[in-house]
Amino acid sequence: MIEIHEIARFTTAAALAATLLMLVPGVALAWVLARRRFPGKAVVEAIVSLPLVIPPVATGLVLLWLLGRRGPVGRLLEPLGIEIVFTPLAVVIAMAVMGLPLLVRTARPGFEQVTRRYEQIAETLGAGPWRVFATITLPLAARNILAGALLGFSRALGEFGATIVVAGSIPGRTRTLAVGIYSFAETGQDTAAAILVAISVAIGFGAVLISNLLLPADAGSYK
Amino acid sequence: MATFDLVFTLRQGGFALEIANAISARALALFGPSGSGKTTIVEAMAGLRTPQRGRIAVNGRVLFDSDTHVNVSPRERRVGYVPQDVLLFPHMDVRANVLYGRRNGGAVPLPRLADLLELEPLMTRDVASLSGGERQRAAIARALLSGPDVLLLDEPLAAVDVPRRQRITAALLRIRDELNVPIVYVTHAIDEAIAVAEHAIVLDAGRVVASGPAAEILK
Repeated sequence: MIEIHEIARFTTAAALAATLLMLVPGVALAWVLARRRFPGKAVVEAIVSLPLVIPPVATGLVLLWLLGRRGPVGRLLEPLGIEIVFTPLAVVIAMAVMGLPLLVRTARPGFEQVTRRYEQIAETLGAGPWRVFATITLPLAARNILAGALLGFSRALGEFGATIVVAGSIPGRTRTLAVGIYSFAETGQDTAAAILVAISVAIGFGAVLISNLLLPADAGSYK
Repeated sequence: MATFDLVFTLRQGGFALEIANAISARALALFGPSGSGKTTIVEAMAGLRTPQRGRIAVNGRVLFDSDTHVNVSPRERRVGYVPQDVLLFPHMDVRANVLYGRRNGGAVPLPRLADLLELEPLMTRDVASLSGGERQRAAIARALLSGPDVLLLDEPLAAVDVPRRQRITAALLRIRDELNVPIVYVTHAIDEAIAVAEHAIVLDAGRVVASGPAAEILK
């Protein structure tokens, strides 16, 4: 039971950290895709959504290549004494990569719905681009961003394929809910697996429910 | 007296606006039916639309000049623009809206403005709860607190109950004469144009069809 408690605590903490990690790049990407036109935009959109459609194990392998000691990122970090693969940090990164597409895809329509004229009025009142973004654009898109963050969090919570490849299943170190369910079921510990399933369902249900409530039919009411 | 140099061509889609007027007045009415180009002119003055060529200046300060490649950003134009749909920020209360663009120095003091536009009872209200006239007063206050060289009002009385209109008109005249803020007033109502503006430009389908003292040419 102590292990189950530990797994639930670690997974929730890692998913929260992953959500924070994806927030800035996710919001930035959503804004860029909503507001900017540039060559190759369709390609960027496709790459952002890629983790949704390719096998998560494949995403995990790509991360392993990137973050491993001989990988382009891992090689830079090794002299600094930072190792990622098979650490809790690897769990957080895998979760963030898998959750990011949901955040971007949910936040983007939020930015598209913000009436540009509110921003223009703010400009005529003397506000610079950052002030306009922080005081007008961001608050008016906040519901979508929050809903997207919750979906990203839910996705992170249930992440299995990428996590097991890049972080493994080290009890007390990198074992998450999803990986734990698999390990317990594999070894015949059905009660433990069932408890983890119940915990996953409870947290995931709550997060998706709140996310949906944030995006009602009048989500574009600030038009 | 303010001077308005409005000499420009602006085409967008199938619509073309041509204007070539230099006017001295405390307040200028842009008069005409919908689709005549009135709003396009104030949006060009606010920097929200860019003419293909020409020149826009207020009191000699050039805001746009295609010959010298001047195009002052909306942020730097010092125009107080109140669009027809007002566009109070929906996620802020009235006070936060009114204070949004407040500029120290040059701007009208808030107590004076609050008195003139009867703002005090509105300050803590939610934007969604305001009537048409209350919205208009809050938006005019917001524009004036940014210390504008000119106030651009697009159909300011369109959504205001008839009994409230006179009080807003009276406030506008005091803004014009006591605070010395020149006004450009877009309307399709003759009485409003005559009440607020000394000079009127009459537009139809993107062209100026008359320009002169409001009381004379709108009779």
